Amino acid sequence: MSQFIDIGAVEDIPQRGARLVKSPLGEIAVFRTAKDEIFAVDEWLPGKAGPLSNGIQHDTRVTDPMRNWVFDLATGEAQGADEGRVRVWETRVEEGRILITQQIMGELRAAE
Amino acid sequence: MTQKIIVIGAGMASGRVLETLYENGADVDVTLFNAEPRGNYNRIMLSPVLAGDQTYQDIVTHDDAWYAERNVTCRFGEKVATIDRAAKTVTAENGDVLSYDKLVFGTGSNPFMIPLPGHDLEGVIAYRDLEDTEKMMGLGEGNKAVVIGGGLLGLEAAAGMAARGVDVTVVHIMGHLMERQLDEAAGYLLRKALVDKGITVKCSANSKEIVGENGKVKALMLDDGTELPCDLLVMAVGIRPNVALAKECGLAVGKGIHVDDQMLTSDENVLAVGECVEHNGAIFGLVAPLYDQAKVAGQTLMGEEAAFVQKELSTKLKVTGCDLFSAGDFAEGEGREDIVFRDPARGVYKRLVIEENKVVGAVFYGDTADSNWFFGLIKDKTDIADMRETLIFGPAFQGGEPLDPMAAVAALADDAEICGCNGVSKAQVVAAIQGGANTLDAVKAVSKAGSSCGSCSGLVEQLLSVTLGDEFVMPEKETVCKCTDMTHDEVRKLIVMKELKSLPGVMQELNWSTPDGCHVCRPALNYYMVCAWPGEYADDGKSRFINERVHANIQKDGTYSVVPRMLGGITNPKELRAIADAADKYNVPTVKVTGGQRIDLLGVKKEDLPAIWYDLGQAGMMSGQAYAKGLRTVKTCVGSDHCRFGTQDSTGLGIQIEKAMWGAWSPHKFKLAVSGCPRNCAESTCKDLGIICVDSGYQILVGGAAGLDLRETDLLCQVATEEEALEYSCAFYQLYREGAQYLHRPYKWIKKVGLDWVKEQIVEDAENRKALAERFHYSQQFFQVDPWAERAVKGVDKHEFEPLADFTKTQVAAE
Repeated sequence: MSQFIDIGAVEDIPQRGARLVKSPLGEIAVFRTAKDEIFAVDEWLPGKAGPLSNGIQHDTRVTDPMRNWVFDLATGEAQGADEGRVRVWETRVEEGRILITQQIMGELRAAE
Repeated sequence: MTQKIIVIGAGMASGRVLETLYENGADVDVTLFNAEPRGNYNRIMLSPVLAGDQTYQDIVTHDDAWYAERNVTCRFGEKVATIDRAAKTVTAENGDVLSYDKLVFGTGSNPFMIPLPGHDLEGVIAYRDLEDTEKMMGLGEGNKAVVIGGGLLGLEAAAGMAARGVDVTVVHIMGHLMERQLDEAAGYLLRKALVDKGITVKCSANSKEIVGENGKVKALMLDDGTELPCDLLVMAVGIRPNVALAKECGLAVGKGIHVDDQMLTSDENVLAVGECVEHNGAIFGLVAPLYDQAKVAGQTLMGEEAAFVQKELSTKLKVTGCDLFSAGDFAEGEGREDIVFRDPARGVYKRLVIEENKVVGAVFYGDTADSNWFFGLIKDKTDIADMRETLIFGPAFQGGEPLDPMAAVAALADDAEICGCNGVSKAQVVAAIQGGANTLDAVKAVSKAGSSCGSCSGLVEQLLSVTLGDEFVMPEKETVCKCTDMTHDEVRKLIVMKELKSLPGVMQELNWSTPDGCHVCRPALNYYMVCAWPGEYADDGKSRFINERVHANIQKDGTYSVVPRMLGGITNPKELRAIADAADKYNVPTVKVTGGQRIDLLGVKKEDLPAIWYDLGQAGMMSGQAYAKGLRTVKTCVGSDHCRFGTQDSTGLGIQIEKAMWGAWSPHKFKLAVSGCPRNCAESTCKDLGIICVDSGYQILVGGAAGLDLRETDLLCQVATEEEALEYSCAFYQLYREGAQYLHRPYKWIKKVGLDWVKEQIVEDAENRKALAERFHYSQQFFQVDPWAERAVKGVDKHEFEPLADFTKTQVAAE
């Protein structure tokens, strides 16, 4: 069982908006969809796409602001002809709070 | 020698006889009798008239001018009293005696009225002509109507009246609707669709008596005692060929007027066409064979050899928006097998009847896209053994053909029927196209395909595309994106017309196919509403590209660039110091002078944006909107203040214009320049709008570009004063803002609408110019708000600039 960390309230992210979480493993974009689903994926696909928290979000996808690649937020897969995948981080919502897997803390956390 | 022809009845069949004669230049003198007080109209289209989708004027096939041009003597509203075949004369009701060389019967049919008690009451009608249609159109909400007959005509009458709010009951004697065309399952789906529209359907119901009051219909009584109250009763139970006149003059008559393959009756000088004839024991009600008969009759009259052949018939119907198709024989029987496909959720039902590995019948409900292909299989008696497993899925699934409507059309046999109404084959349409008909209208005119009910227009367009290849530009429009079938222009018009002022509103009302659009349509829709409803529409930042959302230009490493506005390219030591201080304070790696005469601070971290804006704002600077699809800069030269060549104060005018325009959003970025003399130091001739000052005033130039495309401006006009230069500039910007497609620069838009049109709107129409400028200024009061100050001072969109959480600095305990 992986553990979860509180990163903020659902209300801290506007609908169809995104915010950044800075982790020891890098920047993570946390999205809130129009239907209040929460997704977390890596902010960057190095050399290819990002920063994804700056993209336009539609349904459960986000369009990369630089090259217009479209990523599925649930799987992290690039859609259409583009090939690539951003890491997806597990999230949960409990009582209006967003929890993210402790794995984002990487080895720093595991070492404790 | 001119042939004297008398035609009795101006219907669709006899109309087509006349067309055949005149199109082939026949030397004829025609007199046309019609009992109805009007000429030929498209009777099939009475249902759309009833439903209110079309008007009578829309369905007239031959108007007065048509007859006049061809010198047809029209005797409309007049009946023929008697015919003397020996003398070859016709006597009209008023006693006029007219002689003929050839006589053509096109007397059509009479609706069959069941002789129920009360059938002659007022308010009991058939569904046959315009008068009947008008009576039904006279009903509305609060009225009740009963339709006897659940065939095509009856259901169209019912649906048309229901659409007008009438409470309609259909009474049908058989177990399911349209039993001649549909099997029970399809009949059930149709019934369900009608019931969903609020129509009451009673099958296996026998009518007993029509109840009246004061000579007017009041209700229909069924034999089980049910009484159905009604203000109007429509009988649509069938037709009988109208043979009375033919019989009186001694022609051979059975169910209809007997004709041979040349459409000649038992008298070689008398022909008959249409619903009044009987050919080899059959009578006719659908339009396709009537047109065939008419063509043959025309050829016979011209002395050409032609023969009418009865063909396998298919029916493609649209009842109340339900797509139906049936062809061949679909009765169950020994040695017959069925292949059935159902998709209840979509309301689709398809059934093929197979006999000895051939398709002998087909019934489709809900999805009739492939019906032509199946009809071809029936007509050609194709052996389907090899494709039986996937047959029901249609041609796209046979032999690995791609799922592409073009391929399906290309694969149709030459004799495949494209236009069922006019019996036009694929080969005929293709021949018309190869003969030079390169638009849908041209094909209609030449081949008649698509000229009756119009349901084959899509097929014709596909044939145009297949035949002409790249030469044919599908009228198909460039849609906004995959979320909609509409073009930018259509969406824009509807936003204004339907007063749509929110994104969900647009997507709901305009039938968007995705839940909340995509990165292509959302920014466009957002702009269209920003432009259409200043002060009313709430700008949606989530539908803006990142640069516009955070009011800075994103760089490839995720940092931003900051460009403060410098009106007309003028700055001062205070501003320059503030910029220098900010560059130091926020470790700005690059400071660059831009082409738009201002200073760019590149490499600012997103979190620092509000703070750097705050500092710049303290020195009196605001956003330069260097990131906006909107007003960017007004570049100027120094003008008459300093330059020995300067003719006017170009810097001053540039500042005035920039003061008026800053903050405005537009379809794309908008760059201006004002040069003080024709030496053009501010490079006005490659801007979206450029002004060149001359001794006598100001030349206003529009539609330049110096990006991917390089384009010199065109002269819009020359004006005398600064005030005019400002008014014309604002009017031009507003015209562009209101008309151009999102992401089109002015030069692209001008290419589309034409410079002449722009001149008409702005130069020639002073009132319109003033109105445009006023609309621009009205809108500006809502948009001339410095977005940097909003964020730096008021904390707008704070979430954009701060991380939600930062675990790189602090340790957090796990839960």
